[in-house]
Amino acid sequence: MFRLEKRPTPSKFWLYATPPVAVILTMIAGGILFAAMGKNPFEVIRTIFWDPVFGEFAFYLRGQLLVKAGPLILIAIGLALGFRAGIWNIGAEGQYIMGAIFGAAVGLAVFPTENRLIFPVMVIAGAFGGWLWAMIPAILKTRFNTNEILVSLMLVYVAETILAKASTGFLKNPEGMGFPGSRNFSSYPAAQNGFIYEPLGLHWGGVAALVTGVLAYILLTRHQAGFQIKLAGQAPRAARFHGVSPARLVVLCMGISGALAGLAGLFEVTGPAGQISIDFNTGYGFTAIIVAFLGRLNPLGIVLAGFLMALTYVGGEMASTNLGLPDAAIQVFQGMLLFFLLAVDVLTNYRFRLPFSVGAK
Amino acid sequence: MTTTRPELLRVEGITKAYPGVVANSDVSFAISEGEIHALLGENGAGKSTMVKMIYGLVRPDTGTMTLRGAAYQPAKPAEARRLGVAMVFQHFSLFEALNVAENVALGMENPPPMRELAARIRAVSEEYGLPLDPSRMVGDLSAGERQRVEIIRCLLQDPKLLIMDEPTSVLTPQEVEILFKTLRQLSSEGTAILYISHKLEEIKSLCDEATILRRGKVVATCTPRERTAREMAELMVGTALKTPERRQGQKGEVALGVSDLSAASPIPFGTSLKGVSFTVAKGEVLGIAGVAGNGQDELLLALSGELKAAADKVRVAGNAVGDLGPVERRKAGLVAAPEDRYGHAAAPDMSLVENAFLTAGVRKGLTKNGFVDWAGTRAFAEEIIKAYDVRTPGPDVAARALSGGNLQKFLMGRELMQGAAVIVINQPTWGVDAAAAAQIRQSILDRAGEGAAVVVISQDLDELLEVSDTFAVLNEGRLTKPRPTEGLTMDEIGLMMGGAHGMEVAHHVQA
Repeated sequence: MFRLEKRPTPSKFWLYATPPVAVILTMIAGGILFAAMGKNPFEVIRTIFWDPVFGEFAFYLRGQLLVKAGPLILIAIGLALGFRAGIWNIGAEGQYIMGAIFGAAVGLAVFPTENRLIFPVMVIAGAFGGWLWAMIPAILKTRFNTNEILVSLMLVYVAETILAKASTGFLKNPEGMGFPGSRNFSSYPAAQNGFIYEPLGLHWGGVAALVTGVLAYILLTRHQAGFQIKLAGQAPRAARFHGVSPARLVVLCMGISGALAGLAGLFEVTGPAGQISIDFNTGYGFTAIIVAFLGRLNPLGIVLAGFLMALTYVGGEMASTNLGLPDAAIQVFQGMLLFFLLAVDVLTNYRFRLPFSVGAK
Repeated sequence: MTTTRPELLRVEGITKAYPGVVANSDVSFAISEGEIHALLGENGAGKSTMVKMIYGLVRPDTGTMTLRGAAYQPAKPAEARRLGVAMVFQHFSLFEALNVAENVALGMENPPPMRELAARIRAVSEEYGLPLDPSRMVGDLSAGERQRVEIIRCLLQDPKLLIMDEPTSVLTPQEVEILFKTLRQLSSEGTAILYISHKLEEIKSLCDEATILRRGKVVATCTPRERTAREMAELMVGTALKTPERRQGQKGEVALGVSDLSAASPIPFGTSLKGVSFTVAKGEVLGIAGVAGNGQDELLLALSGELKAAADKVRVAGNAVGDLGPVERRKAGLVAAPEDRYGHAAAPDMSLVENAFLTAGVRKGLTKNGFVDWAGTRAFAEEIIKAYDVRTPGPDVAARALSGGNLQKFLMGRELMQGAAVIVINQPTWGVDAAAAAQIRQSILDRAGEGAAVVVISQDLDELLEVSDTFAVLNEGRLTKPRPTEGLTMDEIGLMMGGAHGMEVAHHVQA
């Protein structure tokens, strides 16, 4: 058997080689899976990775990429800051829902007033909703030392229940003839998040995602807070020695990730989704966890990873409609990506050795 | 007298290389039955690797070993134990939440029933003057008592060769004497002892023969009783040693004042501080001794600001800082250096530049509007590397890539070069080779000469006697009244350290 040996310094090569290698391994393992299901693996892989960008319907699908990548990037960057610090917010999906509800509620409350300030205020309300929802696990952790993974995850289900209540109750469209769901923002210009440049699928959410990516990169590499986040994740005792208060860091990281997830929810509900509905949330909050790791918890990497994941979404949808592949197979495929990524990632800090080439230490 | 005894173990031409370093190169020596043999060398000289090979933890690349004339090549420690080789490690492998007998049973192949084992532990502990209650929880034992658990675990196997790796680093002087009595008794009964240390006075008083290693090679063999400690030290280091020079500084007004400081330990099985009081004047070095685990880590945390107290319990230049965190205390002029390099004083995976920022950011003004001045930080890191002769390819390598001694030099430089009025250091030269240790002690004295108040917490008494002006001991979280170091005898120091923790009685009964 081989054994793993810790490298003296992390390998620069594997740091950058890991994501492409993981993607290739996913294609191979996924191909075997698709072949076992009786599909032509090359056709499926081409449909997922090639057609959305260069295929027959690329003119439409290319725009879909940024529409899907935007919320993923926005949420993943927030999560990555926490993950870097060893703070595990798993409940971005719930914060995403609450951001959408808070923002939408503000807009719908003043319907049908037309004012330029309405949308900016909704954006702030959306961020606030996500922040507030993330503060629950944050404060429980700092006060009572509860586990933020469990609490934030459970709050997703609470948020989903509130979402159902909103679409059938307090935010229901009074002119909706009894159907669940709120008013559609596409018919309310002051509160609508329309496309800025449609061929690229660019709306305010996409702008926010790209700007956040750059800002988060600067925070992590240049700012003291970024240093403290990294330090707390790598060496918690050294972080306290440096002067970081663990409780304040939890509140900061949970707050940022909650607010960004809330923003993503707001941009989605006022744009592509159009309205609050029972099935408004589609799992961006969970998929963003994969995106965060796929992007090496690095904001710029996450921007790239967000597009890659969006590709598997858009391409996966194509594969399921054109080739009759079940949705579950696409989800397994996305899961494989995280699996291989984490497996190959070991090589950044470790290398393989034959037994007895080094002694026990 | 050694010639009359039959040979027990012979080691011939042993070589062991790790990637990048040769730990042992063509090492040969022999031990007779009943002989106490010292393996002497600096940190990193290859002592530990050598004994790991004898104990079956590491396989030699080349070379042979014979035990009582038969070829000996243990593949694993269990085999070594079966052939009569036992080892007491420097770092204990005990479970704090289990009692003594349970811990002993865990190290045995076929442990007898608990009651029988407890009886045997009692019998062996009485026979060798090492009192130990088999039913006590290990978490409640002192470091010296824990070592006894390890020794008794070995003695139960009736070993022919007992290997002891730096056994006295956790003992008070009185406890050391008791240990030596036990080892001499074992030796007179025919058990050979391979004794690893870099403490020369001990070796002179205990050992029959010594093999001196330097950089993995045998540089000399000698009879310790016939050599001076200085001769052996120079053989060990390879050059003449410089004793640190004390610069006569002016003792000024009080720079650090601590009064009646009590703090609960944040560490599981840690020791709480109980009413610690002392003052340190400008230009003064206060040495704080004590056996490991008597509150040293907690005192460092309470001074660095990681553990807060009431404001007036800690004063820097008259300003109350007891309720302030590490950042504010650094601003007030107090810097601290914790013992644990990997994970506390430094982040192992971060570069030296980032580690320089870790504590120097405040006093060196390395942030502007919250943004880090990385260029300035790099310049400071390079300054430390140059001034403290840190061997590294550059400031961008991860801290964990440096050897322990080099990283320690870097971390000492980081705190000493910030121009702080008060400097607190826990274990300044732990695991550092003699030349680097001398350099670190010299720079501590230099900073005191420039007017800094320095607190040195250490388990190395020789080090404290060398650098400190005043001397105090931490014992179970209490600090003795500081006394001038000059004129203190080892006996007095031992009594300040709590004597032998009630162990004298046992040997009096023996004698």
